[in-house]
Amino acid sequence: MPYEPVIGLEVHVQVKTRSKMFTRAAAGYGEPPNTLTDPVVLALPGVLPVMNKAALDRVIKVGLMLGCEIAPVCKWDRKNYFYPDSPKNYQISQYDQPICTGGAVEIELPGPARNLLGEHRRIPLTRIHLEEDVGKLNHAGGESLVDYNRAGTPLMEIVSEPALHSAEEAFAFLTALRLIMIYGGVSDCDMEKGQMRCDANVSVRPVGGQKLGTKVELKNLNSISFVRAGIAHEIKRQTAIVEAGGAMVQETRDYDGQTGTSQSLRSKEMAHDYRYFPDPDLMPVKVDAAWKAGIRAELPELPFDKQRRFFAEYQLPYTITSVLLPDRGLCDFFEEAAKLSGRPQAVGNWIANDLLRELGGARIALAACQVRPAHLAGLVKLVETGVISGNLAKEVFVGMFQSGEAPESIVARQGLRQTTDAGELDQWCAEAIAANPKSVADFKGGKENAINAMKGFVMKQSKGKANPKLVDEILRRKIAG
Amino acid sequence: MANPTDIDIDYVANLARLALTAQEKETFSRQLGDVLRYVEKLGEVDVSQVEPTAHAFPLCNIWADDVPQPGLSVEAALRNAPEQRDNMVVVPIVVE
Amino acid sequence: MADSELIFKPAAELAALLAAKQLSSVELTQALIARTRAVDDRVRAFNSFDEADALAQARASDARRAAGQARGALDGLPVGFKDVIAVAGQPLTCSSRMLANFVSPYDATVTRKLKDAGAIPWGRLNMDEFAMGSSTENSAFHQTANPWDLERVPGGSSGGAAAAVAAGEAPLALGSDTGGSVRQPASFCGVVGLKPTYGLVSRYGLVAFASSLDQIGPLARTVEDVAMLLGAIAGHDPLDSTSYPAPVPDYCAELRVRPGPWKLGVPKEYFGAGLDAEVGGAVQAAIEFYRGTGCEIREVSLPVASSYAVAAYYIIATAEASSNLARYDGVRYGHRAAEATGAVDLYFKSRAEGFGPEVKRRIILGTHMLSSGYYDAYYLRAQKVRTLIRNDFLRAFQEVDALLAPVAPTAAFKIGEKASDPLAMYLSDIYTISLNLAGLPGISIPCGFTRGGLPVGLQIIGQPFQEARLLAIARAYEQGHGWRGRHPTL
Ligand SMILES: [Mg+2]
Ligand SMILES: [Zn+2]
Repeated sequence: MPYEPVIGLEVHVQVKTRSKMFTRAAAGYGEPPNTLTDPVVLALPGVLPVMNKAALDRVIKVGLMLGCEIAPVCKWDRKNYFYPDSPKNYQISQYDQPICTGGAVEIELPGPARNLLGEHRRIPLTRIHLEEDVGKLNHAGGESLVDYNRAGTPLMEIVSEPALHSAEEAFAFLTALRLIMIYGGVSDCDMEKGQMRCDANVSVRPVGGQKLGTKVELKNLNSISFVRAGIAHEIKRQTAIVEAGGAMVQETRDYDGQTGTSQSLRSKEMAHDYRYFPDPDLMPVKVDAAWKAGIRAELPELPFDKQRRFFAEYQLPYTITSVLLPDRGLCDFFEEAAKLSGRPQAVGNWIANDLLRELGGARIALAACQVRPAHLAGLVKLVETGVISGNLAKEVFVGMFQSGEAPESIVARQGLRQTTDAGELDQWCAEAIAANPKSVADFKGGKENAINAMKGFVMKQSKGKANPKLVDEILRRKIAG
Repeated sequence: MANPTDIDIDYVANLARLALTAQEKETFSRQLGDVLRYVEKLGEVDVSQVEPTAHAFPLCNIWADDVPQPGLSVEAALRNAPEQRDNMVVVPIVVE
Repeated sequence: MADSELIFKPAAELAALLAAKQLSSVELTQALIARTRAVDDRVRAFNSFDEADALAQARASDARRAAGQARGALDGLPVGFKDVIAVAGQPLTCSSRMLANFVSPYDATVTRKLKDAGAIPWGRLNMDEFAMGSSTENSAFHQTANPWDLERVPGGSSGGAAAAVAAGEAPLALGSDTGGSVRQPASFCGVVGLKPTYGLVSRYGLVAFASSLDQIGPLARTVEDVAMLLGAIAGHDPLDSTSYPAPVPDYCAELRVRPGPWKLGVPKEYFGAGLDAEVGGAVQAAIEFYRGTGCEIREVSLPVASSYAVAAYYIIATAEASSNLARYDGVRYGHRAAEATGAVDLYFKSRAEGFGPEVKRRIILGTHMLSSGYYDAYYLRAQKVRTLIRNDFLRAFQEVDALLAPVAPTAAFKIGEKASDPLAMYLSDIYTISLNLAGLPGISIPCGFTRGGLPVGLQIIGQPFQEARLLAIARAYEQGHGWRGRHPTL
């Protein structure tokens, strides 16, 4: 009997705020241990939580971006469990009244080839709620050292419906979700920094079945590729068990990305009894239409919407959009240069090839790049109008990147303007024909390519300034002459 | 719920992370059985049309702006810690 | 001025002497330190007391006053703190072995307000461990005695605060009241104690017992002194999300402009079986006093509050406590068990060693109330009953300005008398507990003595945020009687 996997994801995303979720201690990453605390973070006796408005704003923003229902009223609950990284030994979270319900994440599955658009699918969400992060345990020998810097950081939990059916889909889900968060300015979603973390509930069932199989919760999937590998591994493991007639045990498993294996953490029979109850220290949140409208007015265009618009408005090929899309700033750069130059495809090519190559080589971000959209548009125009050749333009671009100088001024200063002087071109062409008798003969004999040797000669003589189009015309006229 | 006045003392003590002696278990079970039998009287009250009260007054949207304030120095944060090393709190290794 | 004259003077009079420079804060402080040294070996109201710090604060206050920079009525006056309210640099033990060595790195909001007003933090006052109890017998450290009869309990959980004020060791003190913990010890010790409306006084820095019920409240020997202290600690606090955003009236000034008479209700269910005859008689006499001054006395009924408050309370309070006390785990602060095989074992042992029996009992009970399968039957149902209890009071308040009631069924009982029967102890909170559930203010004022010489308290229950009227009603009785002139002989 063939089996199909059913996967639901629980994704935790740190919300980018300056202070923590329930106190005004600074939020941050990479600071020395225990330098981002206050009495509330440490859960000292007597302290009380106060909500961070900005964290609420950002979760509502995510909810609106994903088409969720924003609850008119939501509240805070305590999730009670003991762990040394949890200072209060309860986590303030949202249990039965989350701030967002429903909604969906649009994903793109791998296409038939790397340069071809893949199938798009909408993965429905169950809910999104807001809670607080815990501290960090550093294991050292027989002891653990606790750093509370991360404790209390606003954390969004995004729960998908069990509607994913392959490791690839899970990978695509996280890739899309991550980009949406970045577009919204809600989180940087750096998995290395723990800003995005994923648990997966995986089960298998006979193909076409309705009932869900016994699920296994996979933890510690701490990079997007580990999510894919871990789920693929788990699907294989479960399929092997059920095909051999075995029974699945509900459990939590830890996936080790280094070894590509997983091991059981604890069986779900011993599941925590979290004793949720409404947090008496916090008042409910009411979200009215005006609040939502204010946030809606600031929503960014979603990545896939932008991609569709780039196809339609600029006729960009898929490959170029895939290069632009991951960086909202790059998309904006593109659009500005495209509009200024009127040549979107040329601009797209420049960005995808030259700009990204130089940025990568110099290891700098777009924001720090000295080339401005107007510069790139200017360069495209210089090529377009035949002022410089395409080859020279590549050099000019490197100059622009290094100095921040406008292309027009580089061309003028270095005297790179193409020569269209008929006398000069005529002279170089005559020399080329004289110096390449064999090529002339071959060309006359029907070998079209043979003309390239003479063009190369002219280019060399002119130091690249000869207008290639004119050179071609003159050479043909002279040889035929 | 089998018998509402029974308390599964081992289960609850485990949730509460509280080690109880046999004597404590015996005493608490008896005393809390009395209390549970007493609070059973709430079953007499018709609450079918009643909203629960979580707070003494209905305020909402109580929050602060996202402006960081100075917190505790590492020294102050760890002054009461039973054991510390490298500016972190030491605990025995976590085993589930 | 002789020390003996100072120690029982109302705080308002001391403030006037300080203002007139007829008394210095250092003189006052020295007199009270002498008094405390003389009697506290028997009363044992304090867990700890930093005399040097108090004297330094007194000198600073005198210097401010000399420079013409006195900060108001409380400048230079000592205020005792129940050992459950944070004062930076001072112990915060909650009378628990768990926090025996804990020193607070921060100030509670009330502490900051009192420091800003120039008041002198005056020692750490004993209490039932984590404010759980009605007799101060649950302190992990020692038993505080009732100054009127050293064989008897001072009440609780703010027993140290009430005893210190009664014994002349402090003119003013702050307690906390979750189910009667300010009012009942005030009544047992013959002083005035107020539980404010929930939300009037910030809870930031008050170690939580039951978050939805806890309020800090002032204790003093006169209604005016309580009004003065309340005015200094009340008001909206952005650090407490359950703090009510309303302006605070000048309670002392209001006392003089609210002459009555009032419409006063008497809950009929509060005078039935279980109420000690002498206590009942004293409260009835107080009711007659009000009637005699032109107040309209009406019988009212609190059917749900009178029958179900204790049951609802012990569900809600213990459930919240089980969660609030989870943070005491031996990790970041507090008692840590010496031998632990791992983090989980560390929790089990540290908590077993750090908490006393009553705290353990309530943690177990509260954990049970919230555990899987029981939440709806217990916690949710209790929250609904809580709504009905509040409705009982709001209905009564459509007819009357305030209610008159006993504080406790009996006067102070003997140490050890109820210690082995928790349910009996819980039931003694029957008249006070419903106010916490309904979020209402209540005051306990002395209204007489038993034949055995024990103080009896009258409870006046007010409408939400109507403390000014509540205090005026209390003061009207106080002015008509001389109880506050009587002091325990120690
Ligand atoms: Mg913990
Ligand atoms: Zn979560």
